[in-house]
Amino acid sequence: MPQPADVARLERVSHHYGKVTALYDLTLAVPAGQMVGLIGPDGVGKSTLMGLIAGAKRLQRGQVITLDGDMADAGHRAATGGRIAYMPQGLGRNLYHDLSLRENLEFFGKLFGLDRTERAARIERLTRATGLYPFLDRLAGKLSGGMKQKLGLCSALIHDPDFLLLDEPTTGVDPLSRRQFWDLIDAIRADRPQMSVLVSTAYMEEAARFDHLVAMNAGSVLAEASPRALMSETDTESVGEAFVALLQSSVPAAKPAATDYALSAASFDASAESAIRARALTRRFGDFTAVDAVSFDIARGEIFGFLGSNGCGKTTTMKILTGLLPASEGEAWIFGKPVDAQDLQSRRRVGFMSQAFSLYGELSVRENLSLHARLFHLRRAQTEQRLAELVPHFGLELYLDQRADTLPLGLRQRLSLAVAVIHQPEILILDEPTSGVDPQARDDFWRLLLDLSRKDGVTIFISTHFMDEALRCDRISLMHAGRVLVTDTPAAIIRSRDTGTLEDAFVAYISAEIPPEPTMSEGLASAHADTSVAPDASGFSLRRLLAFTTREAMQVRRDPVRLAFAFLGSALLLLIMSFGISQEVRNIPFAVLDQDVSPESRAYLSTFEDSPWFQERPPLLDIDQLERRLASGELALALQIPPGFGVELRRGGVAEVAAMIDGADTGRAGTIESYVLSAHSHVLGESVGAVPALDMLAQSPVAGPATSVVLEPRFRYNSTMASLPAVGPSIPPLLLLLIPAILMAVSVAREKEIGTITNFYVTPTGRAEFLIGKQLVYIGITLLNFAILTVLVVLVLGVPLRGDPLLLVLASLFYAVAATGFGLLVSMMTATQVTAVFATTILSVMPTLQFSGMMEPVSSLQGPARLMGTFWPTTWYMTVSVGSFTKGLGLADLSGALIRLAAFGPIFTGLAILALRRQER
Amino acid sequence: MRRLANIFWLFGKELKSVLGDPVMVILIIWSFVVAVILEASGAGDTVRNAAIAVVDEDQSSLSRQISSALVPPWFQQPVAMYPEQAGAAMDRGQIMFILSFPPDFEADVIAGNTPSAQLQVDATAVSQAQLGTDYVSNIVQSETRMFLSGSPDAPTPPLRLELRRAFNPNGNPVWFKAVSSLLNQLSLLTIALTGAAMLREREHGTIEHLMVMPLTPVEVALSKVLATMAVVLLAFVGSLLLVVQGVLQIPVAGSVPLLVTGATVYLWAAAAIGMFLGTVARSMAQFALLVIMVIIPIIMLSGGMGAVESQPELVRRLTQVLPSRHFLAFAKAVAFRGAGIELVWLELVLMAALGAGFFTASLALFRRSMSLGS
Repeated sequence: MPQPADVARLERVSHHYGKVTALYDLTLAVPAGQMVGLIGPDGVGKSTLMGLIAGAKRLQRGQVITLDGDMADAGHRAATGGRIAYMPQGLGRNLYHDLSLRENLEFFGKLFGLDRTERAARIERLTRATGLYPFLDRLAGKLSGGMKQKLGLCSALIHDPDFLLLDEPTTGVDPLSRRQFWDLIDAIRADRPQMSVLVSTAYMEEAARFDHLVAMNAGSVLAEASPRALMSETDTESVGEAFVALLQSSVPAAKPAATDYALSAASFDASAESAIRARALTRRFGDFTAVDAVSFDIARGEIFGFLGSNGCGKTTTMKILTGLLPASEGEAWIFGKPVDAQDLQSRRRVGFMSQAFSLYGELSVRENLSLHARLFHLRRAQTEQRLAELVPHFGLELYLDQRADTLPLGLRQRLSLAVAVIHQPEILILDEPTSGVDPQARDDFWRLLLDLSRKDGVTIFISTHFMDEALRCDRISLMHAGRVLVTDTPAAIIRSRDTGTLEDAFVAYISAEIPPEPTMSEGLASAHADTSVAPDASGFSLRRLLAFTTREAMQVRRDPVRLAFAFLGSALLLLIMSFGISQEVRNIPFAVLDQDVSPESRAYLSTFEDSPWFQERPPLLDIDQLERRLASGELALALQIPPGFGVELRRGGVAEVAAMIDGADTGRAGTIESYVLSAHSHVLGESVGAVPALDMLAQSPVAGPATSVVLEPRFRYNSTMASLPAVGPSIPPLLLLLIPAILMAVSVAREKEIGTITNFYVTPTGRAEFLIGKQLVYIGITLLNFAILTVLVVLVLGVPLRGDPLLLVLASLFYAVAATGFGLLVSMMTATQVTAVFATTILSVMPTLQFSGMMEPVSSLQGPARLMGTFWPTTWYMTVSVGSFTKGLGLADLSGALIRLAAFGPIFTGLAILALRRQER
Repeated sequence: MRRLANIFWLFGKELKSVLGDPVMVILIIWSFVVAVILEASGAGDTVRNAAIAVVDEDQSSLSRQISSALVPPWFQQPVAMYPEQAGAAMDRGQIMFILSFPPDFEADVIAGNTPSAQLQVDATAVSQAQLGTDYVSNIVQSETRMFLSGSPDAPTPPLRLELRRAFNPNGNPVWFKAVSSLLNQLSLLTIALTGAAMLREREHGTIEHLMVMPLTPVEVALSKVLATMAVVLLAFVGSLLLVVQGVLQIPVAGSVPLLVTGATVYLWAAAAIGMFLGTVARSMAQFALLVIMVIIPIIMLSGGMGAVESQPELVRRLTQVLPSRHFLAFAKAVAFRGAGIELVWLELVLMAALGAGFFTASLALFRRSMSLGS
């Protein structure tokens, strides 16, 4: 054999998600050099199969051989990563929406080791061929669905792969773009015939153009053959029919008895009042007009279709009608009443299904359904009845207790739809309800819609990209660039353009609006095929690492608010905390219960009254009041002088004073205690006025405590005992840990959540390249923040940096690595941004604020807290920061702390790298 | 009635969301069990295990007597050092105090010349420095007095001060720390949970779904606030009974129902702050930063780490808007001083009012963000 016959082989592969079986004992060979199509209903395991072949998903059972190597072998995956291109399901799911087209393509080019000139050449060639060239500087998120898919294709083709895997690439894409997309694929294959392509699709008419078809059902292969062979085998006219026939022969089908309604039997009364009426609706976002003077009338019971390319304003129009968005101009009425976002009653008459899946992923199918039933105030019996009707109708029986976010796309769409109709609304507004739903299910769904419309008189306003669906509408509107081009019955529209099919009419209408794209299909593949990149696929690549760094940095720059929060927020916090945290206890509220009222008691108390530490409150009248006012927290200290105090003193006996301190706050109580003691010795030690008895005390040999020895305290580093120089340098260590850690954790969790982490799974990127590449950006941000905070500490707080600035910078670098490394580590344990935020704050706030020596030295902590403080980077950075600022220490004194500090970053980051999964589960 | 039903069903949904995620549940348990125990039991006295060096150039029986009186738990065993050696050790942060006796210290004391002993203090930690100085000073004075009077019992001074601590007679620092730690966990969890629930709903587009149903923003927001309150309150009560009263053996002087009531009012305020942050933030990263910006002042300026009265006037006014400050005042009064409702009603009213303020503000923002579209 000159060339291997199969590009991929699967032997007895099984795959489960929890209790759900996605693939069962599947054996399949994908022939090389061909365009192979994967067809089948939703949830039969098409996406799982593709993920396994591409190496994005971890193999559970069986064997997968792709490009002559075992995909369970990490070495082989790394080596073939550069030869495979995988485009996951979902519009632009692996693209970075906050980056421009060029930036996206540059990034993918770098991942595959292309140098600058090569990248530039390929990007130009690919974008010119796909017609994206004029939009190179537009953000990917602002592209229409069709353009996103083209960009996805360009990203996939940038390294001349030998094997291209496309998972439902045209789902949710309008007919014109879809046509262009397939033309592109044909052109690429003409250019590079040796390339193998595996495509899954929900459009049966597209499947007809593939070389080889694999029909799947329930996790196994139903049949495989060329489209022609399939049709002749089943004796059918189209691939779609062939598939349905196959399905029925395999499963004793429960196809509902055909109760087809004649399309002409539309029973709505066009003369009656419109169910939905729009007049010159306009909606602008900034200077972009999304909807431009759109008018239409939809009669009661009518099925009204909305067609148009992606991003033409269909969704916006629907949102205006549901009250989600206010119109900039124009007006809309529902059943004769103007659309009013506040009118709850009219909301009950409308069911809405939005384009993106918007149910609760964490709830099960049943819980989602019953929650919505309850929110529409269906009675329990009613809910039961609706569930009994809807669940079989939408084929959800098997999935009732499954979490919604584990369902495949098509099933989720069905669930959304079931939810939209659960309260039997009079109007249904459905935004691309059948995107990604298989033909059989779509057919069933339309039966339901017809049923609702014809039997119950429900008005249906639906947008779609499927022409067979459009044909089933009573009337359709064709939209382009915010304007309605034509509104009529499908038949009339076909006649008006004299085309045989609605799709051709659609293309004709739209093409008239836009200048034909200068698509030059040739040159999609590399000009000289022999330079096919065999880049440094395995092993560490600095270029790839930096590609992640550059990309992350660009994304951060695109969100200036986040950066502003980080920098301004920490500056503000530094100031508030430095001035606000005072370690001195001042203004202690106290009151006296003077039961003696003698010159001696007055003199004694005057010492307290004159002290700046104490603040006198109205005197106490009795013990009861003393207790009550202490309990209320009004007083922190109560002094009681019993009767006979003066007499006793004058007699030379032993007089007593009682001081009662509020002991609730232990630290404060300790300080108050020492203040009281020193005020007391002050009385004893010094003459306090013309009160002979007290003066005598001062001269008494036993009492005069200060007379025999003097203790001279010298407060070093902070001679005035001011709080600011002590607190100021200890705030940056808190901020420089918490902020980078959380930003880092969210950044990784975000990639997991929105799916761009697939680019890490299916490209030759190493774990360290991915994580350290991203980490570098946040280390940079941390150092910048450090610079800002240091300037503030020196200039605004006026705390001079006495030590070696270079040393502090070095320590900050180590600290930044440690903080971001901790963020990475936490993100390894969390799947969503919410849990990442939650886990990072909960795990890091306590040791950072409490156990790092900020308020009390680590040495005075007890038990595990002390251990935690010792093994937390903030403790050591705090030592360096405070030591550098206030003590003016250098390397000799701080080397111990510095070495310990340096160890945290590599350990955290290393653990995160080890914990990072190389494949999706 | 309708509205209550709506809130009830949405509330159930929120509960399922929080409790359905095992990572969240583990983190909540961590906060209210492990973190509280760690923080409370980690509390030491302000001056504890302080490292002290003695530079003794006198080597007399008095100087040795004073040195041996510096004892645990306040001080570590004093280390004898040369002057330069001691200075360097203090620079490195290894010791906090240096007590130096000059030559002929004892002789001068006996001769009545009032000699000076020098105490060098690392003043970068202000409160430790201050308190430690007082301790050392008291020890030096009383030991000298004893030395002079020649009796091991300190002579009775003619004026006696009887110092007593109310509400925590032994000055056990674990008590206060446990309460302030509970406050920290309450604040952190409630704010993060409520805000994240709001933001997740916006990021996943499910909020649109709610807004096309016969629901008002008030119902949506209130159900989230209530769900978080329920989860955290349950954790709080569990922690109070099992951890604070059980494991840590801290007596609660006042009424536990009153304490729980106050915690509920505080949760309302904290959840409203979380809701506010959740509507202000446009992305999870922004929200995370806002949480950090809010939680640091809450933990550090509410009175748990340094008394509120010591704050400068301006900051003291600013911290009035922190419900946590009022809650800590409330909790201290009820838990330790046994205060009844008549003494703490003001704090309850303030917390409830602040909560209402934040909630109203977030509703206004919520409405605005809905009308602007995403």
